[in-house]
Amino acid sequence: MERSSNDLILKTTTNIIVFIILAFSVNSFFSGHNAPGGGFIGGLMGAGAIVLLYLAYGIGPINRVIPVNYRIVLAAGLLIAFLTGIGSFVFGVPFLSHSFGHFHLPLLGDTELATAMLFDLGVYLTVLGVTMTIILSIAEDDGDTSD
Amino acid sequence: MTLEGGTDLFLYYIALPFIAALLLSLFSRPHSKTFHPGWLVAIIPFVLFILFLTHSSGISEGQPLASLTNWIPSMGIQLSFYLDGLSLLFTLLITGIGFLVVLYSIFYLSKKENLIHFYIYLLLFMGSMLGLVMSDNLFVLYTFWEFTSISSFLLIGFWSHRARSVYGALKSMMITVFGGLSMLGGFLLLWIATDTTSIREIISQKEELMASPLFTAILLLVLVGAFTKSAQFPFHTWLPDAMEAPTPVSAYLHSATMVKAGIYLVARLSLLFTGSDLFFLCVSGFGLVTLCWGSFMAVRQTDLKGILAFSTISQLGMIMAMLGFGSEAAIFAAVFHIFNHATIKGSLFMVAGIVDHETGTRDIRKLGGLMTFMPITATLAFFGTFSMAGFPLPIFNGFLSKEMFFDASLQTAAPSGLAEQAAPFFPYLAVLGSIFTFVYSMYLFFGTFRGKVQLDRLEKKPHEAPFGMLIPPFLLVCFIVVIGVLPNLINECLLAPAAGAIAGNPIQIHVAFWHGIKLPLIMSLIVVAAGALLSLFKRYWENIFLYLPGKLSADKAYQALLNSLLRGAKKTTSSYMTGSLSLYLAILVLFLVCVTAGMMAATGGFAFSTAGLSPVKWPEAITGFSMLIAAVATIFMKRRIAAVIVIGVVGYGLALLFVLFRAPDLALTQLIIETVTVVLFLLCFSHLPVMKPDSKPLRSKVADVLISLSAGTLVTLVAISSHSSKWFQPISDYFVKTSYSLGGGKNIVNVILVDFRGLDTMFEITVLGLAALGIYGMIKIRLRKKGGMEQ
Repeated sequence: MERSSNDLILKTTTNIIVFIILAFSVNSFFSGHNAPGGGFIGGLMGAGAIVLLYLAYGIGPINRVIPVNYRIVLAAGLLIAFLTGIGSFVFGVPFLSHSFGHFHLPLLGDTELATAMLFDLGVYLTVLGVTMTIILSIAEDDGDTSD
Repeated sequence: MTLEGGTDLFLYYIALPFIAALLLSLFSRPHSKTFHPGWLVAIIPFVLFILFLTHSSGISEGQPLASLTNWIPSMGIQLSFYLDGLSLLFTLLITGIGFLVVLYSIFYLSKKENLIHFYIYLLLFMGSMLGLVMSDNLFVLYTFWEFTSISSFLLIGFWSHRARSVYGALKSMMITVFGGLSMLGGFLLLWIATDTTSIREIISQKEELMASPLFTAILLLVLVGAFTKSAQFPFHTWLPDAMEAPTPVSAYLHSATMVKAGIYLVARLSLLFTGSDLFFLCVSGFGLVTLCWGSFMAVRQTDLKGILAFSTISQLGMIMAMLGFGSEAAIFAAVFHIFNHATIKGSLFMVAGIVDHETGTRDIRKLGGLMTFMPITATLAFFGTFSMAGFPLPIFNGFLSKEMFFDASLQTAAPSGLAEQAAPFFPYLAVLGSIFTFVYSMYLFFGTFRGKVQLDRLEKKPHEAPFGMLIPPFLLVCFIVVIGVLPNLINECLLAPAAGAIAGNPIQIHVAFWHGIKLPLIMSLIVVAAGALLSLFKRYWENIFLYLPGKLSADKAYQALLNSLLRGAKKTTSSYMTGSLSLYLAILVLFLVCVTAGMMAATGGFAFSTAGLSPVKWPEAITGFSMLIAAVATIFMKRRIAAVIVIGVVGYGLALLFVLFRAPDLALTQLIIETVTVVLFLLCFSHLPVMKPDSKPLRSKVADVLISLSAGTLVTLVAISSHSSKWFQPISDYFVKTSYSLGGGKNIVNVILVDFRGLDTMFEITVLGLAALGIYGMIKIRLRKKGGMEQ
């Protein structure tokens, strides 16, 4: 992953494509409840976008640009998912009971919001964290052993 | 007949030794210079002896005592104890000889030994033995039975630094626990057959039990238990090895008490079993064989305690045989000999211990002419050995019981059939066994106390034992003589109630020395004459031992059995636990195939129906076909990368199939996951060595192919069958209907994943998280270790 430091075409296209992928990832996450997609696919796509960045720029620069510890992302995702479940206790209903409703939001207009979305957010973050943790630890290991 | 006082009196009696053992363990200093803990311990059996004596008058009047305490009422298991004539005889033997043995051990064991341990084990044994002979409940009896096995194991292995002690302890444990478990099986069957755990109630149901199909199994299982404990042929082999125990232990456990537990069991249950052919044949047959074999083998021994061990075996065989004969006279003789043997053998073991203690050896070849050095010991031994031999003088109780034994062997209560035909041979066996008994008794006495003195071969210069050591055997010898002279002294109060308890009705037999010249007396005289001749000319026929036991001894059989068992187990385990993962996998898959296919075939689960199948379209067929080709091709790939890329075709084909079968979410996920998997594979491969060509032999390759083909076929068949037999309405309609109204989403798959069945998803992402952290941990920890190594 370190070797592609001078690949101008790759870097330039990556700059554009990453945003498209990320947008697609966010879209598939938000539309998951009503169209194909969801947290799992969205999370994987998001991870794909970041992997592409790593491929184009190498581990060092990207670690500086996106200084994220993906293990924390993973943990945060799990925490959100669990808290969503526990949250239903506040309303005196069984674990992981979901609710939804239509709200009129500024800018977005009439939007349907569901607590299931929060749960899906947890899934999204977990999947993102998992994929990145696995790929980065193997990749970094590869770099270390070749030294 | 019974006196249910509802008291728990006997519980305290039995608990007393256990509590004493517990208190004894509180003594912190094991080596007290000034005080021997035996003096304290001796109080317990003495007090118990007196307590049991106070009950004896009531019992001789036919008033048994009982006590009952609840233990596990839901299973009908109660600590119910019962004192009748038989139990009383045994309790008096246990406590009486126990007292003498403790007294003897005070002088025998030096203060350097770990005395606290010794007395704790001894007290545990005493308590268990008391519990055993007084239990009325099958399972309480079994509990105490195993307690005696364990405490005897501890006592035999008391000098645990000696290899022979450890070997003897293990051997006795293996054999007696084997018998104990078999007996437990018999007890469980008894419980099933009679629906009660009380021995008295079981005996009262004798008629139904005799008719029960379980009767034979019960009888045999219980007898195996009794035979192993009482060292009957061929289970006698543990007893000679148990002689590695300290001599007080041998005197107590292996002559007077524990080895009589099996006798007690047979006596206790003989009311239940008498009248059965099998019982008669087994008990008297094995008893007589044990008598002959034990006395024959005793002549061969060179160790004093070895002779006594085989002598014990043969005497126990004699008692067992008398219990088997089943006539009233035989039962009385058995009870009489139980008592006599305890006195004779107890005193002889103590004498052997004294000789060992004062000369430093028990090897009879080194001993001789000790009479001049140890006159008192020699006198005690004289009474013991001659009484054991059954020498016809009215001062030996052994003669009286032997006479009654001959008498009983002539008048057996053989039920019928085969037993009736076997019975006439019994007197011959009895005489044969007694001849050898005479021979080894003479050998024991004359070999040790007469003949040439070999002072140079002895470790110490022999001298008379301390006074305290002589008192216990002296008291026992007193019994030999007193019972010999006045045989009816304990008849009324002790023996008659005991015999009555075995037979079920009162037995009154007057023991007399002189019957007039009858067959038993002639048999006795034959024994003396033949025995005297054989002992005089022992040198000339001794070589027979090289051929007769030869390779056939029970010890060798036990060794061979144990070795072959160990070797077989090792072989079996190493034949399939090879450490080869592919073999384990083959076994697992084969097992799965066999069980599933067997179950499906047995229950008629295979089905095939084409109803409700969709038509096959071209795109699906082409995709499926390509996947098939790719899957088959994977097997033949020579390089890993090629294999992974080809298997990728299957993955992407699957994604295509998901598209064709209208599962967009699955298709998306499958597409991405397949990509990630292939990438991860490629990442890992750079770490792996080059794939070697498969070097497996053709035979195992064929086996692998067959196993995988059968597994694949089976799974296909199961899939077809489950599709062909739809018994229930699918619940998907509910999801389709309520996805929007309840879940608020139009993507049914997503609503199911996050809403209807969110819990699954929650734990699936947990699994993912754990996997990621696991990979992270594995890689990082390996690196850190590597770094540490480099430093």
